[in-house]
Amino acid sequence: MDHLDQLEAQSIYIFREAFARLKKIALLWSLGKDSNVMIWLARKAFFGRVPFPALHVDTGKKFPEMYRFRDHYGKEWELDLRVEPCPPIDAVDPTLPPAARSAARKTEGLKMALAKYGFDGLIAGIRRDEEATRAKERVFSPRGLEGNWDVRDQPPEFWDHFNASPPQGAHLRIHPILHWTEADIWAYTKRENIPIIPLYLAKDGKRYRSLGDQDITNPVASTASNIDEILIELEQTKVPERAGRALDHETEDAFERLRVAGYL
Amino acid sequence: MNMIVTPASPATPNGTTRPQVRIVIVGHVDHGKSTLVGRLLHETGSLPDGKLEMLKAVSARRGMPFEWSFLLDALQTERDQGITIDTTQIRFRTNSRDIVLIDAPGHAEFLRNMITGASQADGAVLIIDALEGVRDQTRRHGYLLHLLGVKQVAIVVNKMDRVDFSAERFKEISDEISAHLNGLGVKPTAVIPISARDGDGVADRTDRIGWYKGPTVVEALDALEPARPLEALALRLPVQAIYKFDDRRILAGRIESGSLIAGDEIVIMPAGKIAKIKTVESWPVTPVAGRQGAGRSVGITLDRELFIERGDIIAHVSAAPRETRRLRARIFWLHDKPLAKGDQLLVRSGPKESRATVVEIEKAVDPGELSSVENKAIGRNHVGEIDISLSNPIATDPYTENPRTGRLVIEVSGRIAGGGLVLSVDAGQRAVPVDIVPVESALRPDERSARYQHNGAVVWLTGLPASGKSTLAKALERRLFSNGGSPVLLDGDTLRAGLNSDLGFSAADRSENIRRLAEVATHLARNGHIAIVAAVSPAREDRAAARRIADTAFREIHVATPAEVCEDRDPKGHYKKARAGALASFTGIGNDYEAPQAAELVIDTSTRNVADAVHEIEQMLKTTGVLFDEVVDLAANI
Repeated sequence: MDHLDQLEAQSIYIFREAFARLKKIALLWSLGKDSNVMIWLARKAFFGRVPFPALHVDTGKKFPEMYRFRDHYGKEWELDLRVEPCPPIDAVDPTLPPAARSAARKTEGLKMALAKYGFDGLIAGIRRDEEATRAKERVFSPRGLEGNWDVRDQPPEFWDHFNASPPQGAHLRIHPILHWTEADIWAYTKRENIPIIPLYLAKDGKRYRSLGDQDITNPVASTASNIDEILIELEQTKVPERAGRALDHETEDAFERLRVAGYL
Repeated sequence: MNMIVTPASPATPNGTTRPQVRIVIVGHVDHGKSTLVGRLLHETGSLPDGKLEMLKAVSARRGMPFEWSFLLDALQTERDQGITIDTTQIRFRTNSRDIVLIDAPGHAEFLRNMITGASQADGAVLIIDALEGVRDQTRRHGYLLHLLGVKQVAIVVNKMDRVDFSAERFKEISDEISAHLNGLGVKPTAVIPISARDGDGVADRTDRIGWYKGPTVVEALDALEPARPLEALALRLPVQAIYKFDDRRILAGRIESGSLIAGDEIVIMPAGKIAKIKTVESWPVTPVAGRQGAGRSVGITLDRELFIERGDIIAHVSAAPRETRRLRARIFWLHDKPLAKGDQLLVRSGPKESRATVVEIEKAVDPGELSSVENKAIGRNHVGEIDISLSNPIATDPYTENPRTGRLVIEVSGRIAGGGLVLSVDAGQRAVPVDIVPVESALRPDERSARYQHNGAVVWLTGLPASGKSTLAKALERRLFSNGGSPVLLDGDTLRAGLNSDLGFSAADRSENIRRLAEVATHLARNGHIAIVAAVSPAREDRAAARRIADTAFREIHVATPAEVCEDRDPKGHYKKARAGALASFTGIGNDYEAPQAAELVIDTSTRNVADAVHEIEQMLKTTGVLFDEVVDLAANI
């Protein structure tokens, strides 16, 4: 078993645990490289089907390429796709810096979707290597009634035993690719031939390493125009993955505040 | 400089062929874990651009000297308190290894985070402050590494600058910790004097520790071995789920040890049922042909339909795990409320869960101060050895035989409260099915059903003594036989006179009585007969077990005659004797009969005559596909 086989087997194990131990789960599909790998892994875990809904919490501000991708592969992969809107910007905490405030719409949209469907588990494609607060996550991560994350009181995870009993009305975040790195994602995307949004490939000396909303995501300088070149670039770069995400850089703790409040 | 960031080699642009080793850094709070991690990342060139500047700015803003640990203690709360509160995973490279570094928090309150980190590790670095020496938490962490099965431990004696790089002080600490770990059966791979803040001993042997000849931290990490492959052990495939998304019935799970391939004969434990692997299913290409080894998440189909549940363990027939209702475990306890004798728990062993009772606390120790031994209860963050009895049998191995299946966790109120290792397994009543190969009947089921005009079934009559079970059973037997069928009566009392004469009336013996009845009845049903069981079978759980054994052939009839009518009838005089106190463990007086909640049929013989009741049973057997209604249906069934 090589490294990618091990990552895959572990993710499948997590998916099957979530499906077996929770009553009503959904997978959060942000259309980016990580969540596409995640859907692929779900199809592996369940032999070609994704037996729960794929939820796209839509800010309405994604790139047109992303919407095209969603509509095409939502059908081709036979997903039970639920597109849920986010509230307008003035419904969000005005004390947050601008980009974080814009991103917080997603947290609110997520809460509305949770209330609407009553999911007790949300599968999310975050990775430990993306960002320092995500590194602190559990695989099965309990959220409070308000969707909030209590970093001081996370239950223990012994080996591959996860806590799967959220209190009434609360939910769990399940992180099947927490242990992957950005390079793993690309190597696997290549190996499995998983479709990607072309914005990740360099055009005119720039490419997106991380895709968020149009207004708060910027491309990075790059000449990598295929996955092999991306992998070589990742070996050599010291620019962090989320360098193009405005909200990460506004204040020291902007991202942490968002995550504690329920952001991904 | 020993550690390098190698540029991409064209052959492996993703660097995925290097061995990956997961290590955890543990030790007492403030002994310098985060500082060592920050220093390691810096020395290996693993820090992203701008991070160093950011750390300098953060330190300056707080009016502090430069602080490496801010790198990992990324959370605001952590910076404010100056401690690490959770586990972080960071990657970097040594000459020959990809290292996944798990930074574990040292504070006693956050021991559960340390366990979460350390339980994922192949090796560990245990850090000790040269000035403070070995502390409670150092010993506790050493013990935990031992409990979690982390065998490779490198010891780092940090802050050597605070003791003037004294070789004597280093030796003192080295001897003390080595003795402690050796006592636990853990042999340190190295003991290294360092100053994480200044860099001595981390990647380079500086002059200040010129007297030290052993490896640096980086060299010690480079020598760690990746997790041992588990393929050499016996096959263990715990069933996570049974999927029926299409016409395949797929058993899904992760191979914890050993390997399997289509065609293998397997046994499903704890039930001991035997089958062959028909296919190994996958996606997008299926089925897969090759042998599948430990670590793979797979899906298999079998050559026959068997009742299988999440948590069952698939093994090879010749090397099956032991089935048990009783085990001894060494555990680490994390819950606020101490664990005591008689406590009711939920035990998880892989995907299997079972309710359990603590029969005995054999030992309870605070691993921080090994001298103090408690015996009544295991306190928070303490360890102990316990004897537990399980309400459902589970299949498991002692951890010495299989580190993967020999693990368990304990849940209290839906949250993991402790975990540990299976020390020994009481093999229970049933023999391990070594070399047992069932011989199948010469006749096919459809040959028999064509003759009898019915399918095999287990018709299970349950109810209070004197409720009319035997009367109904005999009338049904006569009726089915008159119509050309093949009924066989299995009366509980009759079997107790022979097959079950070794059993008494304790709860365990009653369960075993029902299990044997169910096994015999199921054997008859499989061979096309209708086994009519008449047994009080008061425990709901025992009847559920019988249903699991007989699977789809099971039909339950609750003979729900009111208790006072039963006592009035009293044909065997049992009620009278029981009232007089001469019949212990008699079901009927008191509340020990648990009525079925979802029986296929309920009959009250106080309001129905025998002929009507038998007719009703026949109707039920028709509508549920046991009896063939018409010749036309018979054709459809063949």
